[in-house]
Amino acid sequence: MKKLALTLAAALMMSGAAMAETVKVGIAAEPYPPFASPDASGNWTGWEVEMIGAVCKAAELDCVVTPVAWDGIIPALNSGQIDAIMASMSVTEERLKAIDFSDVYYNTPTMIAGPKGVEMTADAAGMTGKIIGVQVSTIHEAYAQKHFKDVAAEIKIYQTQDEANQDLVAGRIDATQADSIALDAFVDSPDGAACCELKGTVPDDPEVLGLGVGVGLRKGDDALKAKFNAGIAKVLADGTHAEISKKYFKSSIYGG
Amino acid sequence: METLAGAAAAASTLELLQLSPPGWGANLLQGLWNSILIACGAFALGLGLGTLGAFGKLYGGLITRDLLAIYTTVVRAVPELVLILILYYAVTDAVNQTLIAVGYGRIQISGLAAGIAVLGVVQGAYATEVLRGAIQAVPAGQIEAARAMGMPPALLARRVTLPLMLSNALPGLANLWLIATKDTALLAVVGFGELTQQTRQAAGATKAYFTFFIAAGMLYLILSIGSGWLFAKAEHRARRGLPEVRG
Amino acid sequence: MRNFWLPHRIVMAALGVAVLIWCVLTLRWDWLPNYLGLAAMGIWRTIWLLVLSLVLGMMLAIPLGLAQAAGPRWLAWPARGFCTVIRGTPLLLQLWLLYYGLGSLFPTIPWIRQSDLWPILRQAWPYGLLALTLSFAGYEGEVMRGAFRGVVKGQIEAATAMGMPRLTLLRRIWLPQALHRALPTLGGETVLQLKATPLVATITVVDIYAVAGRVRQDTFITYEPLLLLAVVYMAITGIIVLLFRHFERRLPSRVA
Repeated sequence: MKKLALTLAAALMMSGAAMAETVKVGIAAEPYPPFASPDASGNWTGWEVEMIGAVCKAAELDCVVTPVAWDGIIPALNSGQIDAIMASMSVTEERLKAIDFSDVYYNTPTMIAGPKGVEMTADAAGMTGKIIGVQVSTIHEAYAQKHFKDVAAEIKIYQTQDEANQDLVAGRIDATQADSIALDAFVDSPDGAACCELKGTVPDDPEVLGLGVGVGLRKGDDALKAKFNAGIAKVLADGTHAEISKKYFKSSIYGG
Repeated sequence: METLAGAAAAASTLELLQLSPPGWGANLLQGLWNSILIACGAFALGLGLGTLGAFGKLYGGLITRDLLAIYTTVVRAVPELVLILILYYAVTDAVNQTLIAVGYGRIQISGLAAGIAVLGVVQGAYATEVLRGAIQAVPAGQIEAARAMGMPPALLARRVTLPLMLSNALPGLANLWLIATKDTALLAVVGFGELTQQTRQAAGATKAYFTFFIAAGMLYLILSIGSGWLFAKAEHRARRGLPEVRG
Repeated sequence: MRNFWLPHRIVMAALGVAVLIWCVLTLRWDWLPNYLGLAAMGIWRTIWLLVLSLVLGMMLAIPLGLAQAAGPRWLAWPARGFCTVIRGTPLLLQLWLLYYGLGSLFPTIPWIRQSDLWPILRQAWPYGLLALTLSFAGYEGEVMRGAFRGVVKGQIEAATAMGMPRLTLLRRIWLPQALHRALPTLGGETVLQLKATPLVATITVVDIYAVAGRVRQDTFITYEPLLLLAVVYMAITGIIVLLFRHFERRLPSRVA
């Protein structure tokens, strides 16, 4: 992991030497493994952190990874503390009212995890009478509020998916809904493997679940958007995207 | 067998506190350092604002006094957490809007600067009250005597008012300093890497919640007990030659 | 009150009203009707957390103060230690220690999950209430220590000389006088306690602060909910101050 961070840092530094424009790329300050999490030496590692390095290099941008609280990441973008968001943020109607998005750089299904030994389906029938945990202002929260609100006992809102997972382990919630990759990593972790398993994919609803994850940008920042789009197209075309994904996941995470 | 496993588990979580990775000890210490920096900055800023506020409340005009009353009332009635969020977003936003308006680009306001500014404004309101009370408690006779002897105002402030005020103000200021160190924890909510936030990250990553929260608690305790001791010594020193206080 | 409306105050009040009108007209308030129900629930939760933690905390503070002021060493030292620890560490840290620490402990003890208390223990508010109560007990225990010490010795000696049993002495003379001495600080401590309540939002308790956060995260409107939130807290503080002023006026202030 450390080696990864070092190569990433080296890659960033190299691009820094070659180019002038500095772009502050915001990631969520809360760990979201395996996409982004800090290690003990304070380096952020994970699929998305590497992807930031790759896209920025391809787009010839000098990027600085800047952790910002997820809670305030959109205000931080709009108030100029950061210039772009690459924090597994899905493109949704609601967010498009506040910010702009680049092209999609990954797209994965939405799943539900629950405790072992409990019969549960990943739909409204299965969620009846259950306490469901979701991360705040995510597509998963929006989905749960739309589809499970009337049948569930309670929908609990967490600042991070990590906290929701923790409370699922602690038995404070009956199920959590999140991105399949994040939940895969959770049920593979020692804590998650001991208690929980995946219950299935939720019925699709493109209106809420959006069209995938893109780079969040300030409205009107079209020059930067064009650069990010070019960068994303390049890493997809030259195999860098697939190469980084292979390190972390069993299958491709582009195009579902 | 079970006790063996238990002991091994305890030892392995203690290892997580080691200073070099994969231990998280250095992160906690870095967080503590950030907390101390913010607390010092906020305390100093608060002291400055409080001195201005106290003199304004005592000797200022009607409007100054009313404005200061609004400042201290609002800050003391609204939770620090809410003030931090308002000031954090509003201050960075306002600074950037102004910069753009006068033709400069946006700047990044560091979490450290924002934290110091926000907590300093909060501290200033409390310091205003502490210092006002301390100035009022300086015996009027002493000041009159100095004036009667023809002492110029600057010398009077330096030789009489300030030393006498300091001994009155120190207990209140010690309390404010303790509040400053503890309020730094609130910056964890806006994602700033001070001690509580670092602890949370370490605990979340390793799942050793008790180990890290208790370790952080001890660091805070050492800080507060240590500074309490320093303030007690300072107060003792400031009280040299003064009569014993009642109560 | 007659001297209140000085010319400059009329100008300031007019300015204040102008700012208020400007706020109402130009800021965005269209989200407000959607969240009124949730906000009312949030205010209610804030208030009962405040009241319950005050009552329980005071009940703990009295023995804590008494133990420190007059107890034997084996009682005085732990009480002293408790107050020092509570006052020397941030409430946020205490809260997280209770919530996450106990949360990670409970899954390892199966009988807790099977017990009748589990439906309560799996919720978040008991941890919030416990942390707030312990914190208030710590601070107020220190106040009560001073208050017990401050009761005039002669009164207690007189009562002992009259052969009054120790419990009666405590109930009739010592405690009432100590409480009377502590009362002037109680209003201020209550306001401080109110200002501590929003911390529970970080462990998923939906108080009024959490509701404002929800609005901000749902709609990406930053300032309006926060401003309204500040006004709500000021209103509650105002009510607390008025209530305590009312009580203090009704109590005779014999003790000098």
